[in-house]
Amino acid sequence: MFGTGASTSSYEDFHHTDVILLFGSNAAEAHPIIFHHIMRGVRNGARLIVVDPRRTPTALSAHSHLAINIGADIAVLNALAHVIIQEGLANTEFITRAVQGFDRFRDAVAAWTPERAAAIAGVSAELLRDTARRYARADRAMLGWTLGITEHHNAVDNVFALINLALLTGHVGRPGTGLNPLRGQNNVQGGGDMGALPNRLAGFQDVRDPEVRARFERAWGVPLSPQPGWNQTGMFAAMGRGELQGLLVIGENPLASEANGNHVRQLFGRLDALVVQDIFLTATAEIADVVLPARASFAESDGTYTSSERRVQRVRAARQAPGQAQDDLWIVAALARAMGYDWASPEPEQVFDEMRQLAPNFRGMTYARIEQEHGLQWPCPTEGHPGTKTLHTRLWEPVVNPKVALTPVEWEAPAETPTDAYPFMLTTGRRLAFYNTGVQSNLYPHPHNTGERIEIHPADATRLGLADGERVAVTSRRGRVEVPVRFSDTVAPGTVFMTFHFPDQVGTNLLSIDAFDPEAGTAEFKASAVRIERIG
Amino acid sequence: MSQMVSLTVDGRRVSVPAGTMLREACRAAGETPPALCWHEHLTPANACRACVVQVHDSRALVAACSRPVAEDMVVETNTPRVLNARKIIAELLASAIDPQRAPDLLELVQATGADVGRFGGATPRVEPVKDDNPFFVRDYSQCILCYRCVEACGVDAQNTFAISAAGRGVSARIDAAYDRTLPESDCVFCGNCVAVCPTGALIDRQEWQLRSQAVWDPARITTTETVCSFCGVGCTLSLQVMDNRIVKVTSPHDNPVTHGMLCVKGRYGYAYVQAGDP
Repeated sequence: MFGTGASTSSYEDFHHTDVILLFGSNAAEAHPIIFHHIMRGVRNGARLIVVDPRRTPTALSAHSHLAINIGADIAVLNALAHVIIQEGLANTEFITRAVQGFDRFRDAVAAWTPERAAAIAGVSAELLRDTARRYARADRAMLGWTLGITEHHNAVDNVFALINLALLTGHVGRPGTGLNPLRGQNNVQGGGDMGALPNRLAGFQDVRDPEVRARFERAWGVPLSPQPGWNQTGMFAAMGRGELQGLLVIGENPLASEANGNHVRQLFGRLDALVVQDIFLTATAEIADVVLPARASFAESDGTYTSSERRVQRVRAARQAPGQAQDDLWIVAALARAMGYDWASPEPEQVFDEMRQLAPNFRGMTYARIEQEHGLQWPCPTEGHPGTKTLHTRLWEPVVNPKVALTPVEWEAPAETPTDAYPFMLTTGRRLAFYNTGVQSNLYPHPHNTGERIEIHPADATRLGLADGERVAVTSRRGRVEVPVRFSDTVAPGTVFMTFHFPDQVGTNLLSIDAFDPEAGTAEFKASAVRIERIG
Repeated sequence: MSQMVSLTVDGRRVSVPAGTMLREACRAAGETPPALCWHEHLTPANACRACVVQVHDSRALVAACSRPVAEDMVVETNTPRVLNARKIIAELLASAIDPQRAPDLLELVQATGADVGRFGGATPRVEPVKDDNPFFVRDYSQCILCYRCVEACGVDAQNTFAISAAGRGVSARIDAAYDRTLPESDCVFCGNCVAVCPTGALIDRQEWQLRSQAVWDPARITTTETVCSFCGVGCTLSLQVMDNRIVKVTSPHDNPVTHGMLCVKGRYGYAYVQAGDP
C-alpha cells in the first residue's frame, strides 16, 4: 500500500479491533491460521463482515454476508464510500491532515448511490448502507482481501477502491486497523520483497531509481539495466511475438496454473529452451528441454521465508534430499558459473547479509536475531530495532508529508458476462485440504479427496435435468473439460465453482480467461463465462 | 491500563490485573499449581481439579485455573488438604488411564506421591481404538475428559465445532455427534485436538503405528524448526525426522503466529517431500 506491497498490520491486530471486513477472502479454507486470529477478534467482540459471491465457510462464520455478483467489488466499494461521505461518517480530521484528492474523489462517487450498486451487485441497498455505517463508525476496523480482489482484469482498481475506504475513515496506520492482502503462497511476500518482480530490486526498491541502482551496481560491480523487465503476462505476450525464446521456470507449474492453459502450452512449444527447476516432474517439467531437480525448500534447505504479516522467518533443512536434488541457491550459483561468472558456492546467510546491506528495510535483521525473536517484521532498519507491527503510523503524526491520495476508480463488468451461448459464470478458488495445482497436496491421503467437482446451485441443476454426481461437459470460449457436478447452495444460481487442485483429472484452467490487469498482469481467474451440457 | 488487584499467596503479597485467574497469580508468587486440563491457549474447562488451592472463607477447594482473583484474597497452595486432594485426583486418574502415556499425569503422580494402585479395583473403561482416518487415532480408554480437544476444535482455535462431550456421568465421552466416524463428521483433520491432548488418547496415526511396531525411538528423532510450505501465513513447523523420514509435525505453543495450532496441510500434508525416497 502507498508504495509497499504488503499488509499494513499484523495478525494480532485482528484480536483487538471492532470490525473485520473481508473482501473476496475465504480465510477459513485458504488461510486457516489467519482465520484463527480473525475469530479470536470476533470472540473479543469484533463484527465480521464477509463480501464474497460464495457462501464459503468464512461467510458462514460472519455476522453478515454480502453475496455480491462476481466482479461487482468496485460498485460496492464506491457505494460504501458514497454512504460514508453522504452521511457525514468520513474522518474529516484525518482526511484534512493526511489525505489529498478528497474533492475529486467525493465527486467521483457522488453518482454511486447504494441503489445503483445494489442493482449491479445483487445485494440490498440497505445492506450496503449498514456495512458502510458499521465500518466507518468503528473505532478500529481491519480490511482484508485475497484473490477475489486481485484475480480480476481490473485488479489494481479493486485494490485502490479498498484503500480509498480505509483513507476515508482513517482505518490505517493505527493498531487494530489496516489493509491486509492475505498472501496465498508461503514465500510470495518474500519473493516480491527480494525483487522477484520486473521493476524491483531486493528490498522492494525501484529499479528505475538511479540512486538505488547505483548502490547495487557498486556492490555487484556490474551495470544494471534501468528498464523494468516483463511480468508473467508480458512474458507470454513476448513469447507470442517470438521475442522471448528461453525460459527458466523455478518451482511453478504454469501449464496447469495459468489461465487459458491450451494457449500457454502452445507458447511454451515455441520456445528454443525451456528449463524447469522443480522437486517434481510436473506437467510443465514434462515438456521441458532440461529439468533441474531441486530440494523441497522448507524441509531440505536453509534460508528464510517472509509471511503475510511481513515476518521474515528461518527455514531449515530437516532431512537429506533424494538423489541429485540440489538447493535452489546451489543451482542458481552453478548456472551463474556456467555462464562465466565468478560465483563461489554462497551460503544462505552470506546472501542474506549481502541483501540486508543493500535493502534498508532489512538492515537490522540477522540470522541470530530472526532465530531468537520468532522472526522479525520489516521494516527493521537497525540491529537495535524491534521490527514493525504497524506500517504508515506517520499518517497520525501532526504533519503528514507527503500526504496519501484517494484514487477514484470506476466499475467495469468482468471481461466476460453471461450470454445465451455461455450462460454461467465460472469462478475458481481453493479448498481447505488442497493447494494450487495439487503437486504438493495430492500426495497425502485425505478423506475429502474426491477429485474435482463443479459446484452448481440445485435450481440450475434441476433446470438442466442433471443428477447430483453426474458427469457434465463444461465449455468456455477457450476450452472444454468434463467433470462431475456437486449440487451446492454455496453458489448463487447462475454461478458455478471449481478449483484447480486436480489438473490431471480436470484442467480447470483450460476454461479460465486470460484477460488480465494491464498493470499487475494478473489474469481474471475469478470470472469466465461457460456453458454446461449433459454428456451423451 | 487495567485495574490492579492485590492478594496474598502463601503469605506473599502479589498484585495482578483484575480478571486474572488465580493460577496466574500463584505463578506470579512463584507457586504454580500443577495442571492437566489447563492449557495456555485454551479456555479453562475446570475439569481435572489438579490445580485446586485453598482460599480463605471458601468452603470448598477452588480450581486456580478458572477462579478470577479478588481484592485481598488469601490463597494457600500447599496445605495438607490441598496436597491430599491433588494426590487423590492423581490416584483416581491413574486408576482410569495409563499414566506412562500421559507425561503430565505422571508428573502429578510423582509430585504428589500418589499410590497408582490405590484404586486398583476400578474397572478401566475399555474401548477399541478408533482408527477411522489417515491422520490420527482416538483411544478413548485413555481419555480423562479434560475438554482440551473440544476447546481447540471450537472457539479457542479452529472454530470447526466437530466434537463435543456426549452422554453424562460415567458414560460421558468425546464424540463427533451421533457416534459418527470422523470422515462422516464435520472434522477437517487439522489435528489441533491431537496437539493439545495431554494423555495420548489422541495420537498421530504415524506415531501410533511406529510405536505399536516398537520402531518409534525418541533417541533417533531429530526435531528441526522451519516454516510451512503451503499458504502465506508463515506457520512455524517442528519437523520430527527419524531415519531421514518426517514422522511427525507440530508447532511450538509459544509461537506468536500459530500458538501451536496448524491446518491439515501443515500438520499432515508432508508426504510429497518424501514421495521419491527409495
